[in-house]
Amino acid sequence: MAQATEADRAIISVDGLSKHFAGHKVVRDLSISVPRGQILGLLGPNGAGKSTTLHMLLGLTQPSTGSIRIFGKNLQKSRRSILSRVNFSSAYSSLPTNLSVWENLSIFARLYGVRSRRERIRELLELFEIPHTLHALTGALSSGQLTRVNLCKAFLNEPEILFLDEPTASLDPDIAARVRQTLLRIHRERGVTMIYTSHDMQEVQRMCERVLFLSRGKIIRDGPPGEIVDRDGAASLEEMFIAISLADQEEVRSDSGDKD
Amino acid sequence: MFHRINAIILRHAYLHRRSPARVMEVFFWPVMDLLVWGYITAYLKELALSDAVLFFIGAMILWDVLYRSQQAISLSITEEFWVRNFINLFISPLSIPEFISALCLVGFIKSVVTTVVLAILALFLYQFDLLQLGLGLLPFYGNLLLFGWAVGLFTMGIILRYGRAAEALIWGMPFLLQPLSAVFYPVNVLPEWLQAVALSLPSTYVFQGMRQVMEGGGINWGQMELALGLNLVYMVLGGLFFGLMLRSVRIKGYLARQNLQ
Repeated sequence: MAQATEADRAIISVDGLSKHFAGHKVVRDLSISVPRGQILGLLGPNGAGKSTTLHMLLGLTQPSTGSIRIFGKNLQKSRRSILSRVNFSSAYSSLPTNLSVWENLSIFARLYGVRSRRERIRELLELFEIPHTLHALTGALSSGQLTRVNLCKAFLNEPEILFLDEPTASLDPDIAARVRQTLLRIHRERGVTMIYTSHDMQEVQRMCERVLFLSRGKIIRDGPPGEIVDRDGAASLEEMFIAISLADQEEVRSDSGDKD
Repeated sequence: MFHRINAIILRHAYLHRRSPARVMEVFFWPVMDLLVWGYITAYLKELALSDAVLFFIGAMILWDVLYRSQQAISLSITEEFWVRNFINLFISPLSIPEFISALCLVGFIKSVVTTVVLAILALFLYQFDLLQLGLGLLPFYGNLLLFGWAVGLFTMGIILRYGRAAEALIWGMPFLLQPLSAVFYPVNVLPEWLQAVALSLPSTYVFQGMRQVMEGGGINWGQMELALGLNLVYMVLGGLFFGLMLRSVRIKGYLARQNLQ
């Protein structure tokens, strides 16, 4: 029997992915292969194409070219069966504020066809240390509690892949640390694949086994955080991020200068 | 499939339980409308006009069926933008037909509740019995509900594409159709060129039919079938339009950005 290729083993396989809006190329010929159980950080300055890539992986934005395969299935053709096995949490999305935490989570539990909803919701609220918020109005929660309720929503269906868009933005450092510990624990125990975006480079270094640096829609670095920092001769991921951002801005300036 | 439809209906049930503004939509505004039209009608009767003026009350109650069913659909999608819940729904396994079916059912439930309340009030306050429409009530109700859903699909497509800039359409769209649907007057009072437009709307046949029944004539089943046929065409067109808008926002990347507006 032929040996499985890397793409066969990958839980997410992206090939030649590009996206342009009104002629402006936002993502250029991206090819990524993510093995099951990996925590992958998507990094890059503003406008690098991180969000667009994430939105394409979630099926919210249609790629201009290229293909996305998740669990070996084409995302466009098997959208629903893929979406039932993944989930998403973002600092920029919310849950209806005029509903209680229980109401919100039970609605999403139904959407994901979760059995034993009551137990699952209680278990997740315990896990994220907010069991007392069960009957509170979502709009009355602190931003830290709200972020954790969003994360509870994201774990309702026991996702095999979790997309996290700046999950600890707006959290106090101590709560952010506890959230990171919980995420790492879930990752260890259940082997959830995580795609992570964050502007906090220390967090990325702590959380991610591999990072992809994007600049102007292209992958410019790919590897374990420590390794790529060493390769670049930088002191830290943060220093490297700043250097890439400055180079990026310089390139944008020279491009617009060429056009003038 | 049904657990997902049920989830969306439940989401709106919870919302109405907690939101006085949403409850007012179902009860307060329709009752205020009924009071205004009821007293206008009572005044016209005092002027010794025939009992036929009671059709104002019937027209007002039936118009609300179309209005509620359209609004339930278009307001629901806007609600998800307002609370930034849009992405959460669209990355769940909920399909678009399930989402729309759930919203149509929410519209149906809201319009039934409003109609029952208005019918009871109209009977006690103005001695207007909606049940005098007899069997005709079913095709009238069904056609207005379907047309409300079809208009809701068009409105929802535009809101999806243009976001909050198009929110005024939720309330404005039905009022664009009201003068053309001959709700409070016969279609022949419209200028001839507008009559052709009016006759292309299923709602026109319902209000014409209602007046005919109230004046003692029978139900014109042929016209009800025509209205149903038109409704099916509008539903298909509404669905296609919504699908087209959804495709367009996925290509333009607006679906993800709507959440952030």
